[in-house]
Amino acid sequence: MFSSARSLLSSITTVSLLLLALLVSAPAAAELRIEIVDGVEGAMPIAVAPFAWNADMPEPDAGVAEIVSADLHRSGLFDPMEEEEMVDRPSDPTEVRFGTWRLLKVDHLVVGSVRETNDGMGYEIEYHLLDVHSGRVLFSQAMTVGLGDLRFGAHRVADAVYEELMGVPGAFATRIAYVAVRGSGEDERFELIVADADGHNPQTVVRNSQPIMSPTWSPDARKIAYVSFATGRSQVIVQNLYTGQNRVVSSGKGINGAPAFSPDGEKLAVSLSRSGSPEIWLIDLETGSREQLTHHWAINTEPTFSPDGERIYFTSDRAGRPQIYVMDTAGGDPERVTWEGRYNAHASFGLEERYLAVIYSEGGEDYRIAIHDRETERLRVLSDGRLDESPSFAPNGSMVLYAKRREGRSELAAVSADGRVRQRLVLSEGDDVREPAWSPLIR
Amino acid sequence: MKTALRFIALVMLAAILAACARETVEEPEAPEPPPTQEPAEEPETDRLDPRDFTDPRNLDNSDSVLSQRVVYFEFDRSNVRAEFRPIIEAHAEYLRANSSARVMLEGHADERGSREYNLGLGERRGNSVEELLRANDVPSRQIEVVSYGEERPVCRESNEDCWQRNRRVEIVYTAR
Repeated sequence: MFSSARSLLSSITTVSLLLLALLVSAPAAAELRIEIVDGVEGAMPIAVAPFAWNADMPEPDAGVAEIVSADLHRSGLFDPMEEEEMVDRPSDPTEVRFGTWRLLKVDHLVVGSVRETNDGMGYEIEYHLLDVHSGRVLFSQAMTVGLGDLRFGAHRVADAVYEELMGVPGAFATRIAYVAVRGSGEDERFELIVADADGHNPQTVVRNSQPIMSPTWSPDARKIAYVSFATGRSQVIVQNLYTGQNRVVSSGKGINGAPAFSPDGEKLAVSLSRSGSPEIWLIDLETGSREQLTHHWAINTEPTFSPDGERIYFTSDRAGRPQIYVMDTAGGDPERVTWEGRYNAHASFGLEERYLAVIYSEGGEDYRIAIHDRETERLRVLSDGRLDESPSFAPNGSMVLYAKRREGRSELAAVSADGRVRQRLVLSEGDDVREPAWSPLIR
Repeated sequence: MKTALRFIALVMLAAILAACARETVEEPEAPEPPPTQEPAEEPETDRLDPRDFTDPRNLDNSDSVLSQRVVYFEFDRSNVRAEFRPIIEAHAEYLRANSSARVMLEGHADERGSREYNLGLGERRGNSVEELLRANDVPSRQIEVVSYGEERPVCRESNEDCWQRNRRVEIVYTAR
């Protein structure tokens, strides 16, 4: 039945995330709590047994198994078993009695253990995915993480399980950036916050009394470009999350907005109105040289690169209303992409150039998140709010994160790319949260 | 509702003031102001005429059009509505007469749709007001346009009452 007594540890990865040398000395930002609003019927039954804890350090409140279960549950595609319902607590494939799990109607089982590394500087997480019906081990892996990175290690376990069973990479071990607004009037403060994709570990990167807008990630997930009004006028700033260094990349006359990194990380596309109206420009981050890509009196903004970096999609109202256009990164005439609806703006890509997430309005009062399929030229509305905005595709294309208005304030929400799974991301405090940006996959 | 009434009242006041201004030009014998306790030495020229758009004191005089410094716009539009032209023309007169005065035209949009697009829309509105000032012979060095898009709303509810108050250009004097 159970063939290899103990599989080889197939991969050893070291995740060292000395994240954010705490750039702002301030009270920690409140954590986002993620609630599933709608899940998939017939989500895959799975059990993640508590991981054995073989370390001198006390086990954290939220164990690895708990975090893995929560990740899988949030995806809406899995229905993880509650720990209390488990009659057995195996931590190694050799301890698994498959008959018991079959009776509990579980399709897959994750078991594992955590031990201290020999140098005491981190943890080794060993984990196995088992097919309960066949009794086979689907994979056995191990990784080492720093002492502060156990949560991140757990997200990586969830990623591996997701990829094995869904055929696409997981996006649990990623981060999100967003803008939070606290207070009002003279006390109003804008904060750029970076958190784990499950809302934990929020860090305030920048705080200002003037607006902060449009955060976007570099492809290596080490930097964030954003728009600051700290001087009273707009500027595009690139902030290194690890060193704390920041750099003003554009501060010319008029608008300096809508930054987007090229997939190779060498260039930043922006919207600048120095020539009189907002145009798309490309800034070389190495040399500082800049090139104007569009030449049209209309508003041209929100550039975003195709995943291969060959093309730039952007929003323009050259035909009267905002619509999405595409042009070669090397330049050339833009071509209109979206035709359905009165309003399409703020394109975002996941894994494939085929699907663009956009803000869509049919013509009425409502603004919703939709996915435009470039192949079929069809548009599918995903969200159900009145004033939904700022769509940001998960790097694996599974979900779209966005901002919505609810009871006079902005909050974050996520919807699966097929529209079946919905989440609310709520701050425990009543702050206004907006402009989410999902990081690329972190290697 | 209350805010809507206040808004309508504001617009009506602007219209009445504009009408008054026109009327009194044709009819210079305005009623004498009531006698004041001011010292007799006070020269008569110091009496504040709300229609004197070259006088800096009128910027803070609620009886003067110069004290009005917000221009409102239609949804997704950036053309200046006729009723706001007298306000902009008054400021043009002031800026021409006071060459060291400087204005910042702060363009704003309502919350609907994309934030970056709204940044563009706010700038377009600021540019419309700038063009009108320029058409009234104000030198460009006295004017700067900055857009805050939807980031600096004056009203935070999600309804048309609020939205119409947020779609605006604020004329901010950075030097008088």
